[in-house]
Amino acid sequence: MYTQALDSPGKDPVAATGEAAERFQARVDADEKIEPKDWMPEAYRQTLIRQISQHAHSEIVGMLPEGNWITRAPSLRRKAVLIAKVQDEGGHGMYLYSAAETLGVSRAQMVEQLLSGAAKYSSIFNYPTLTWADVGAIGWLVDGAAIMNQVPICRCSYGPYARAMVRICREESFHQRQGFEIMMTLARGGAAQKAMAQDALDRWWWPSVMMFGPSDADSKHTAQSMRWKIKRFSNDELRQKFIDVTVPQAHFLGLTLPDAHLRLDEVSGHYEIGPIDWSEFHAVLKGNGPCNRERLEARRAAHAAGEWVREAAAAHARKLEDRAATAQHQERGSP
Amino acid sequence: MSGDWPLYEVFVRSRGGLEHRHVGSLHAADSRMAIEHARDVYTRRQEGVSLWVVPSTLIVASDPAEADALFEPARDKIYRHPTFYVIPDEVKNL
Ligand SMILES: [Fe+2]
Ligand SMILES: [Fe+2]
Repeated sequence: MYTQALDSPGKDPVAATGEAAERFQARVDADEKIEPKDWMPEAYRQTLIRQISQHAHSEIVGMLPEGNWITRAPSLRRKAVLIAKVQDEGGHGMYLYSAAETLGVSRAQMVEQLLSGAAKYSSIFNYPTLTWADVGAIGWLVDGAAIMNQVPICRCSYGPYARAMVRICREESFHQRQGFEIMMTLARGGAAQKAMAQDALDRWWWPSVMMFGPSDADSKHTAQSMRWKIKRFSNDELRQKFIDVTVPQAHFLGLTLPDAHLRLDEVSGHYEIGPIDWSEFHAVLKGNGPCNRERLEARRAAHAAGEWVREAAAAHARKLEDRAATAQHQERGSP
Repeated sequence: MSGDWPLYEVFVRSRGGLEHRHVGSLHAADSRMAIEHARDVYTRRQEGVSLWVVPSTLIVASDPAEADALFEPARDKIYRHPTFYVIPDEVKNL
């Protein structure tokens, strides 16, 4: 899922000048795809490396909040679905890391940046999953917001990123629908179940709305990213689309959105929401969300615990290579 | 942090009778692990009936900067296409 306009620290991309840069921009303007070996401005490369690796990290860290419920899923069916969903997110991380690597950054470098805390990932995964309803709310809202964000990236100017995104988007729809189904089941259940669904919506609504990143006025990278066709819509445009499709779904569930100011503007046909608490967003991004530390610790522990497996696999591969080399020598009759 | 496992390019045959198509890449310690990872990463929904994995270092690619020199010679040979030849309408089955 889950790219987010994080606008993380980093210099403003400087527009490249010169003949090569002009030819590059002309290709982008003509909707041609840029491929790994093509010439590209350094700032384009760096912007993509940052965005794609943040996106990949988000998929990987995103496995944690839902993974928390795999052992406690309420039925075998729910458990099988949740395992498949979490595995998909791992797969999304793999597609994206591969796409980023075509730009010249190594997997090891990206993993290192995540584990050291230098890299950002989507703010949404720093919230805890307290009840089973949270698994429903994540699929419905968080994957729903991710779909809004990601569908336009399928047309991104950088070929490997666009192709990875096509694969991802094909898989996201199942994620959102299984989440909505969980919410629907709870909303139609007993009073305690309905209350659980409402509580999950109360806690996940605003963080989901914030997934689209800072408002356009505060979003410094948007213009250049749009010129490069990495981004097609602004944060606020995508946020509005998400709100407009999601509010009626909440009404269908018979749940109330936690926003006293929410109203349908009859003239524009859009829902208007109350003010967003951006201080919360920035606090979470800075590392002070409810679960930031826990998430990174979980990733570090997994990486450390896997070290001996990686070493053993590499040793095994060396052994196979040596054996193959020896066999070849013997066949040729050399010592 | 130690280096990465070698990179493999993955090709999937989606159905019998079709060609293998490039779908992406992955890291694996050896070729057998590459096949297993390719199964998990690229065919979770029956996307394929056969897999190829190729160490990325073995792929030789043409240089985009030389694309003109490589492909330009074919550009003016439109007589290689059937539409180049004008045949009267009354002639059938041609
Ligand atoms: Fe995903
Ligand atoms: Fe997802």
